[in-house]
Amino acid sequence: MSVKQANRFGFSINQSRLINYDTTDRKVREYVTLMEPSFKLCFACGGCTATCTAGQHVSFNLRRMNTLIRRGEIDLLREEVRQCMLCGKCHLVCPRGVNTRNVVAVTAEAIRKLDRNEL
Amino acid sequence: MKGKGKHVIVAGGGVAGMEAAGSLAEMGLRVTLIEKSQDPGGHLLKWHALFPDRRPADEVRGYLRKRIQHENINVITSTVVEKIRHHGHDVVVNLSGGTEERADAVIVATGFDLFDAHRKEEYGYGIYDNVITAADLEEMFNRGKVSRADGSVPSRIGFIHCVGSRDEKVNNNHCSKVCCVSAVKQAIEVRKMLPACEVFCFYMDMRMYGPYYEELYRESQEVHNVNFIRGKVSEASVNINNRLVIKVEDTLAGRPLKMELDLMVLMVGMEMSKTGTRLAEASGLGTGINRFLETGDHHYGNNLSHVKGVFYAGTCTAPMNITDTISHARAAVAETVRYLNGR
Repeated sequence: MSVKQANRFGFSINQSRLINYDTTDRKVREYVTLMEPSFKLCFACGGCTATCTAGQHVSFNLRRMNTLIRRGEIDLLREEVRQCMLCGKCHLVCPRGVNTRNVVAVTAEAIRKLDRNEL
Repeated sequence: MKGKGKHVIVAGGGVAGMEAAGSLAEMGLRVTLIEKSQDPGGHLLKWHALFPDRRPADEVRGYLRKRIQHENINVITSTVVEKIRHHGHDVVVNLSGGTEERADAVIVATGFDLFDAHRKEEYGYGIYDNVITAADLEEMFNRGKVSRADGSVPSRIGFIHCVGSRDEKVNNNHCSKVCCVSAVKQAIEVRKMLPACEVFCFYMDMRMYGPYYEELYRESQEVHNVNFIRGKVSEASVNINNRLVIKVEDTLAGRPLKMELDLMVLMVGMEMSKTGTRLAEASGLGTGINRFLETGDHHYGNNLSHVKGVFYAGTCTAPMNITDTISHARAAVAETVRYLNGR
């Protein structure tokens, strides 16, 4: 059976859906934690996303973004971080006092640095 | 026993104070129970039914009332203990109205205050008519009718967990422990009273720490179709139809969610009571970062104060349910008697 035929039956080689914690890139997480230590306090209540101005219209989700940083999901993060408008409403809501706006700013910075091999 | 005939003052006539007074009297000690309100009973006076078994609160009120009907107990109401100091072998307390009372020991049982929901302005308590607290809902249960401010029957009710707890914005980082299970209990009661009414609980974590709490949570889903959405509500407003509109992230779906409600119940948490705080400040009793009384040791001395002859019972030390409060009060009595015997 040729590869083409196999694809018609839904058999193909997919990228693994696993978060492989041992091989993920920790540099962004380490940089964000260093630059904005309050980042560590997030307990994923979603208050930020509930109030988010951008999130009402686009897929931006700060609560999810925090998890992506922690898990080293850099490719997803790259997309995510561009969508924030830095309005800071989330900062007013956060029950853990995370400086959410700065988390976004330093994450964007970390990714820029990562791409330039500066991390 | 040497403690027999000794005099102990119990500051506060809620669950802890009543149980402590009853236990002391039973052991032959003389007790003065001082309560700031007109009647002893504390917060329990307002409650309709208790978790996890939904038994009438009146049963426990009855037990405690009987507990303090003892010839060794003198109950003084409408009086606040303002200051405690150690003096020679005695402990002297200053009461509101300028009088003094002497005793061999004092048990502080000043309890908790419910979080003032006005302080979470974004939820609109005191602004929107149909935003109420868990305590307000208990009063509705007592009256036998759950309704909106205009008297109409709600078709959807939302319970908001962690109001004033686990929230740096109101300076309360602590968990109040009992609100999760209270919400589940009240959700079930609403579903039983109003079978056509949908019920949603908005939670961050479900902390079902006590015996039969998890079972109650399960029952609420299995039998009563209570809905649970994981997310912290960020704000509430009112729309043109005079229904509440809340914003929350459904964190498990990963998307922001908007919902209309007829009635919103705020699960207000526990804070150190104002009278307790004033007493602590005046008497040099230490308090923790959560503002509750700091005990001698978290593990084996959580009825002990740092002042000789002064002991702690109940929620003046930390949020607690009734079961734990009663146990804690009995332990405070054991520590007090041990102190008096060793003197």
